[in-house]
Amino acid sequence: MTYLDHAATTPMLPSVGSAMAEQFAAVGNASSLHASGRAARRVVEESREAIATALGARPSELIFTSGGTESDNLAVKGIFWSRRESDNRRRLIVSPTEHHAVLDAVEWLHKHEGAQVCWLPTDSHGRISVEALRNCIDEDPDDVALVSIMWANNEVGTVNDIAGLAHVCQRYGIPLHTDAVQAVGVLPVDVAASGVDALTMTGHKLGGPYGAGVLMLRTEVSATPLAHGGGQERDVRSGTLDTPAVRGLAVGVDAAVRGRLERAPRIATLRNRLVRGIQAEIPDAVLNGSPLESIVAGGPGRLPGNAHLSFPGCEGDALLMLLDARGIECSTGSACSAGVSQPSHVLLAMDADVERARGSLRFSLGHTSTDADVDHLLEVIPAVVERARRAGLSGASR
Amino acid sequence: MNVIAAMSGGVDSAVAAALMVEAGHQVTGIHLALASTPDASRTGSRGCCTVEDANDARRVADVLEIPFYIWDFAERFRAEVVDDFVAEYAAGRTPNPCVRCNEQIKFAAVLDRALALGFDAVVTGHHARRDDGVLRRSVDEGKDQSYVLATLTERQLGLAVFPLGAMTKDEVRQEAARRGLLVADKPDSHDICFIADGDTRGFLGRHLGTVTGDIVDDETGTVVGQHDGAHGFTVGQRRGLGLGVPAADGKPRYVLSLSVADNTVRVGSGEALEVGFIRTGEPVWHTQVTTGDSFECTVQLRAHGMISPATVTPYATSTEVELHRRQRGIAAGQTAVFYGGPEADVVLGAARIESADRQLTDVSPG
Repeated sequence: MTYLDHAATTPMLPSVGSAMAEQFAAVGNASSLHASGRAARRVVEESREAIATALGARPSELIFTSGGTESDNLAVKGIFWSRRESDNRRRLIVSPTEHHAVLDAVEWLHKHEGAQVCWLPTDSHGRISVEALRNCIDEDPDDVALVSIMWANNEVGTVNDIAGLAHVCQRYGIPLHTDAVQAVGVLPVDVAASGVDALTMTGHKLGGPYGAGVLMLRTEVSATPLAHGGGQERDVRSGTLDTPAVRGLAVGVDAAVRGRLERAPRIATLRNRLVRGIQAEIPDAVLNGSPLESIVAGGPGRLPGNAHLSFPGCEGDALLMLLDARGIECSTGSACSAGVSQPSHVLLAMDADVERARGSLRFSLGHTSTDADVDHLLEVIPAVVERARRAGLSGASR
Repeated sequence: MNVIAAMSGGVDSAVAAALMVEAGHQVTGIHLALASTPDASRTGSRGCCTVEDANDARRVADVLEIPFYIWDFAERFRAEVVDDFVAEYAAGRTPNPCVRCNEQIKFAAVLDRALALGFDAVVTGHHARRDDGVLRRSVDEGKDQSYVLATLTERQLGLAVFPLGAMTKDEVRQEAARRGLLVADKPDSHDICFIADGDTRGFLGRHLGTVTGDIVDDETGTVVGQHDGAHGFTVGQRRGLGLGVPAADGKPRYVLSLSVADNTVRVGSGEALEVGFIRTGEPVWHTQVTTGDSFECTVQLRAHGMISPATVTPYATSTEVELHRRQRGIAAGQTAVFYGGPEADVVLGAARIESADRQLTDVSPG
């Protein structure tokens, strides 16, 4: 089996599994006052410190959540509600290429809570410019509740200049939230140096557990809770802490961040071979997003493991199925609940036409990827594309 | 064979797929997403396009250990089936959307895509037999679906597999239960899948608008009531006419005909509904026929029931059907399916009904 879908989820590190297994055997609610409770609390706090160190944050800034979706919702809705209440601010400035966890939260606030939304323009790579952000803020700086711009895009892999964007927000005193789910452990992410006010990350994209994530929220920024209860995490997030998951998350983040300098260039080399190999076999295949060797703010302009390509005349669904039948697993980008794929909102925001959006596939490499994976894909892709092209002419949307 | 199994989420298509897997074929499960809007595929609506149905189909595929995908044919379905359904009613006919879906979607768009992707055939859970190149009724006459397959061409039928034709519905359910499939006792779907609430008239009203018109007594020519649009009615319909004036004979009155042009619904007695002669559009034949040569067979005029012995005269682009037993309430737009063979269970051919009359009238064949 050739697994090329690490951006969806990447295999859990063995060290994460064993660290969690150790905690499964222990009893103790981290909020309890007795010895078992204190032991669990110690595990949680040591984990928090380890993650803070890895991210360049302070431990008090980290709120444990159930993952990326909760962190995004908590940041977007929580900060909006809080700023609306304190300053009557109602404007959200958002990148149109965000994950649905941000997009749908923003649209919900617009529909139900009176939020006004300014969608930032992107360039043809899906990147947000400092000028675009400044122009959008300048329309009415005093009414902006929050800016949300992802660190790196999950579909096309484009990296934003988050420090540059955060600098703009700081000048206006507006909080910036960034969804860094794809970035942590892959790109150099330093919370303090970046200047962001809120940052979303999750475990299962970096070798950690499913269902465990963090919202980094600077202590000066307040957020209204989504769910009410015991207030375990700074009174912003309630619920008994999942000690094994928290511990697994810390082990995963630590390993991913420590190994990044060795791993990222290796994965980028594999990815470049994959993209160039496909383009050699299928000359009209289009690489979406930032060019392979592009640089943004001194770092990679594209996630090292991301290869997002459009195959003219093909349906992404058909390609995925044909590759799956040959043991190659990848993604069409965004899947909706019923499993019916819609043309990617990311590509549409980048001004790609619907045909190009429908005919796209995302291959994403990660820590277990090898040359053999790339070889396998390059071996089967010409026949698969040829077949999908034939089917494309009788496809569903024509 | 390398086949796709169209899996609706119901018990029939689940067992059909299971039988193919067990027969050693390479099977890929496909659920067709046919609802145009995500809202329409919400849980709780009846029919064949809900998220719940997709999940049921997926769970069956899991148990059978076959790959499973959702194919989005919503756009094609809307254009070929839903729009056609509305247009047919607007033209005063009563379409059968299942026939249309089989002709244009399942055994056309889906089949073509499957063939292009390298599959050999499409498997469905229809209750019909295909023995030695002949399409026959299911052994379970009550569940027989040969009617909705009869207008498929020989090429389409040749690329279709119906594994359930020799089983009764009860046996299908037992086979599902024996394999531990949770859909074993899932209720059958009855309604038109894209009209989730079952309110066809309401659906048509939303699409065609409401225009008040007259309900006219066919015998006397007097106006006996008003309606909200002739398209909301079907020939043979008795309920929902809301007539203010009772019939002279006190007997129930039925819709005899619809005139879309002047938005008039004509009503009359049950006897006046009786039809003895039908003219159809272009037929599909699964047997050798000679233009102008009449033959005896059995004709079925509705998806369930309305069966009569008949004399059929085929022409190039039409047929004439003389019913030996008069039938009530035959609507243009429905399909006439001709059955023959010793047990009158072999599909000989089929055609769309263009017009129905009390007796043969002198109209030259089209």
